[in-house]
Amino acid sequence: MFVLGIDLGSRACHAVLADGEGRIAERSFLPAAADLHATARRALESFGLRRDEIQYVAATGFGRGQVRFRDLAITEITCHARAARALLPDASCVLDIGARNARAIRTCADGRTLGFRVGDRCAAGGGRLLERAARALDLPLDEIGPVSLRAQDPVAVSSVCAVLAESEIVRHVTDGRAVEDILMGLHLSVASRAAALVRQLGADGDVALTGGVARNAGMVAALERKLGLPVRTSPDSEYAGAIGAALLALKRLRILDHDPRVRLS
Amino acid sequence: MIVAGVDAGAAAAKAAILDSERRILGRGIARTGADVVRAAERAFRAALEAAGLQEWEIGVTTATGRGRFRVTFAAAQATEIACHARGARFRYPATRTVVDIGGQDTKAIRVAPDGSVADFAMNDACAAGTGRFLEAAASVLGVRLDEMGSLSLRSREPVHIADACAVFVESELLDHLARGRRVEDLLRGAHRAVAGRVAVLVRGIGAEPEATLTGGVSADAGMVAAIEERLGMKMNAGPDGPFAGAVGAALLALEKTGNHVRTRD
Repeated sequence: MFVLGIDLGSRACHAVLADGEGRIAERSFLPAAADLHATARRALESFGLRRDEIQYVAATGFGRGQVRFRDLAITEITCHARAARALLPDASCVLDIGARNARAIRTCADGRTLGFRVGDRCAAGGGRLLERAARALDLPLDEIGPVSLRAQDPVAVSSVCAVLAESEIVRHVTDGRAVEDILMGLHLSVASRAAALVRQLGADGDVALTGGVARNAGMVAALERKLGLPVRTSPDSEYAGAIGAALLALKRLRILDHDPRVRLS
Repeated sequence: MIVAGVDAGAAAAKAAILDSERRILGRGIARTGADVVRAAERAFRAALEAAGLQEWEIGVTTATGRGRFRVTFAAAQATEIACHARGARFRYPATRTVVDIGGQDTKAIRVAPDGSVADFAMNDACAAGTGRFLEAAASVLGVRLDEMGSLSLRSREPVHIADACAVFVESELLDHLARGRRVEDLLRGAHRAVAGRVAVLVRGIGAEPEATLTGGVSADAGMVAAIEERLGMKMNAGPDGPFAGAVGAALLALEKTGNHVRTRD
């Protein structure tokens, strides 16, 4: 038997197929198109399975309401907390930095949420700022992290706005600043917004980084500098939303199978 | 003596040429793009051509705008606040409140009865509430900037658009489009969102009539209507608005030449 966890974000769709033991059997990644439901369908098709071959589907992410073939929609906070418990069990705080915004979540030992903070007012604390920066500097998104790690003298980024950052980049380039110094300055700017969320929760141990930004080594370094705490990532960090959804789908399925009252309600 | 003012703005460069009788002889405008210096030169040349003059015939050139220190052919620089206050009162002498909505920042200026600047407030930290927010909306909706106003004025059922972020507005508008909302209703929503942010700045300085709108966005009739609605106050606005900074800079240049009676500032 299989359960499907699908994390339909504003920029990307991550999906994982888990077996009855909660082991991840397959992963699928797609950029999100304007039609979110179509993106979700393509994610399902990418596993070569029909909907009726999957026992339970849990959806999360910005577009979770558009996954019409779901059994359950779960908030990103619950999913990332659950996944971090499985991927990085030593961390007591999860920081999920997605394209749109950042979330800090304090978790207890079984992966349940104790408290959270979301930076959802504007795009300054999310991955979109870095995406726009990569485009402005004409670099592939996956290169900006490694390049930023070569910084000797990071620029001070005065504007935190994801839109105004572009003209700030142009100004720094015109002033002859090195690309790596500009990039690290931007990473530190995003990191300082995320670190503020973590501090508000009073976190003091390891921080598990999840979401698409987790594969960016420059961001990990910037966060450790701003937080003064160890920041841990897993190769599956960017699938954390989907993994958490799959694990919670499995839990729901077990309750349905063993508790007739739940099934009736 | 003939003088020039050049306003090197974030979105566009504007130039105005005046004679010693404060008559406007020519004006020019050019998109800023990546090179503010080139744009300033192009706007200046366009103004010279419109005036039928040669560069050597210009006595003094004063630059203003965010790129003013890069305009190498200007003899002096002046702040945007000083220039917009002058430019607004040149066209509407009874102006006591100036609202300058530019490509990347917005300013509210209170002017004393004698023309001096009494107070001002500025937003240059966030692209929401500036022309960039409207540019983002226009690009998502596939509408030219110069047709936004007339379309917005046709709106019958304006859609509420969040005013928080010029990045998030893109997905918000796409979402509304997918639900079948009309372009003019979304444009009116975008205008209202900007008007809400502008109103916060204007109330902060204590607006007094008459109020004059300047800057690139002031030529947008939909924006003018949304601000009037939000502030409950008539706004002076028209096609001259985008040139207010350049005209103000030229008036300051004229004061420097000494053959014009200096007004107190």
